[in-house]
Amino acid sequence: MDRFEYTDPRSAHNEEFLMRENGVRIYDGDSKTTFEGGEIVVSNTRILWGRPGDIPRGQACICLPLFYIIYVEEEQRTFSFSSSRKFVLHLSEPRQGKPQGPVQWSQFSFIKLSFKEGLHNDFQSILQNALMTRAWERLNLGPTSVTAAPSQSMADRKWRSGIVGIERKIEEKQKATDESISLAFQDLSRLMNMAKDMVALSRGISSKIREKQGDITEDETVRFKSYLLSLGIDDPVTRGAFSNQNEYFNSLSRQLAQILEEPVKEVGGMMSMADVYCRVNRARGLELLSPEDLMTACRLMSSLQLGLCLRTFDSGATVLQLSDHNDTIIVESTAGTLEEHRSLSATELAKILGISVLLAKERLLTTEKQGRACRDESLEGVRFYPNLFLTKEV
Amino acid sequence: MMSVSDIEWPWQYSFPPFFTIQPHAETKARQLQAWRTLVLNYYKANKLSLLDIREAHQSSLFNNSTIDRKLPQEGILLVLDDLQKTGNAEPLDKSRNRWLIYWHTLEEWAALIYNWAQASGSLNNVCTFFELVAGDDTSDQDFYGLDQEVLLRALQVLESQKKAEIITFDDNQGVKFF
Repeated sequence: MDRFEYTDPRSAHNEEFLMRENGVRIYDGDSKTTFEGGEIVVSNTRILWGRPGDIPRGQACICLPLFYIIYVEEEQRTFSFSSSRKFVLHLSEPRQGKPQGPVQWSQFSFIKLSFKEGLHNDFQSILQNALMTRAWERLNLGPTSVTAAPSQSMADRKWRSGIVGIERKIEEKQKATDESISLAFQDLSRLMNMAKDMVALSRGISSKIREKQGDITEDETVRFKSYLLSLGIDDPVTRGAFSNQNEYFNSLSRQLAQILEEPVKEVGGMMSMADVYCRVNRARGLELLSPEDLMTACRLMSSLQLGLCLRTFDSGATVLQLSDHNDTIIVESTAGTLEEHRSLSATELAKILGISVLLAKERLLTTEKQGRACRDESLEGVRFYPNLFLTKEV
Repeated sequence: MMSVSDIEWPWQYSFPPFFTIQPHAETKARQLQAWRTLVLNYYKANKLSLLDIREAHQSSLFNNSTIDRKLPQEGILLVLDDLQKTGNAEPLDKSRNRWLIYWHTLEEWAALIYNWAQASGSLNNVCTFFELVAGDDTSDQDFYGLDQEVLLRALQVLESQKKAEIITFDDNQGVKFF
């Protein structure tokens, strides 16, 4: 209560009127004061309180400068029959050399405002907004205008303790996190924009190279193109470029077949979907494909006759294989390898052929299905043998 | 199991996949055929009739310790089912754990015994079971040392063909051939 000072209610220069309420009582801390049933006016620099009619008439009244206020909260009503709403204003220490006020000293560092006749404005948020804009700093009314006070007052604010202080700190931290997150995402979207530019740039360069074929040596062209390629596919098929789902998947399927045919041949005509997924997305770089899109595109390959097709084994393992891939050849070669080594586990065959264990197992199972191998299940796992049951004379 | 006289093990016996039931149909048929032959040969060579699946792994028949492979119990049951279809085996209990192995089918046994009875002039005579499986006159016969239960079942076959009648006296059983 000792932060109040006598003042002239007339608006100072640049002072903005925010709200007015009647029937307000001031509490010093928890105790009632004689300041009751008054009129309250909130501006962007101070809260005025005066007897009814005093303020419009311009007679002296008391005011609380806003820079004292640290925090506003509404008091939870303990008695439901009380119709008045009470707000608690937590205040900082009174400044030295402040103008005379109605109370010289108070043991409380907060006051309460009780609105007996109800509340027509959202007092709390209006006041909080006013606190946030810190208009008194702009108008040089605040602590900065008072000698010797400012730094100390700021320090006071920093050293605030108690629940209010903690709450404020948490609030500040959340705000900071929020800002840094949105900043991070801004960067990301900028990166994506840049990536599109990069792709366009690389396409432009490669077309220029094609035009000026004579000027640069073949070797340099190849080298430069390989640099571009290592950045990713120069023109990835993306969903955004197509309005029609079918068209998108058809094009995607074609592109996949084009880039995968060689690698699939290299690994022996069959590639597990995990490998396919990794290779494709490594090549695409940024415009990543989802597993679902990849599967849909691969399923289309056989109907589009692209030289590759999707195959699901009985075990559920799915691979991409060459369309002219022939099981008989696989069975023959696997059976041959079996004869040679007498018996093999999937792991051993994988090592010998340099393929994945999953594929090696599928090869052995296919061979078994054709009656060219038989299995031995033991504690050490499954081994496959040449099918002597059918080949050896009894 | 009683001590066994070694039989000549087939090549499959030292082939590890022999002890895993094969998923490929044709291979499995060949494998089971090999098992049938092996089981019957083994029981014939050792003059055995009883097989308890729960104890089967104690016998070297289903357990090759040299290559450390055992035919699992489901596999044994599969072999026995196969043998039952041709009348070479019969379960003794509902849970199908204890089995009689007939390395001659009951009809074959019945014929063998009746032939011997005809040849030895035992028609219209009474022979005790003991005389049939342990007597001096039958020591060169296949049914010499035959399990009592199998013998009884074979003679019941003869009885149904009206070629013999089983007689029970005191604590002994005999048979009269017609």
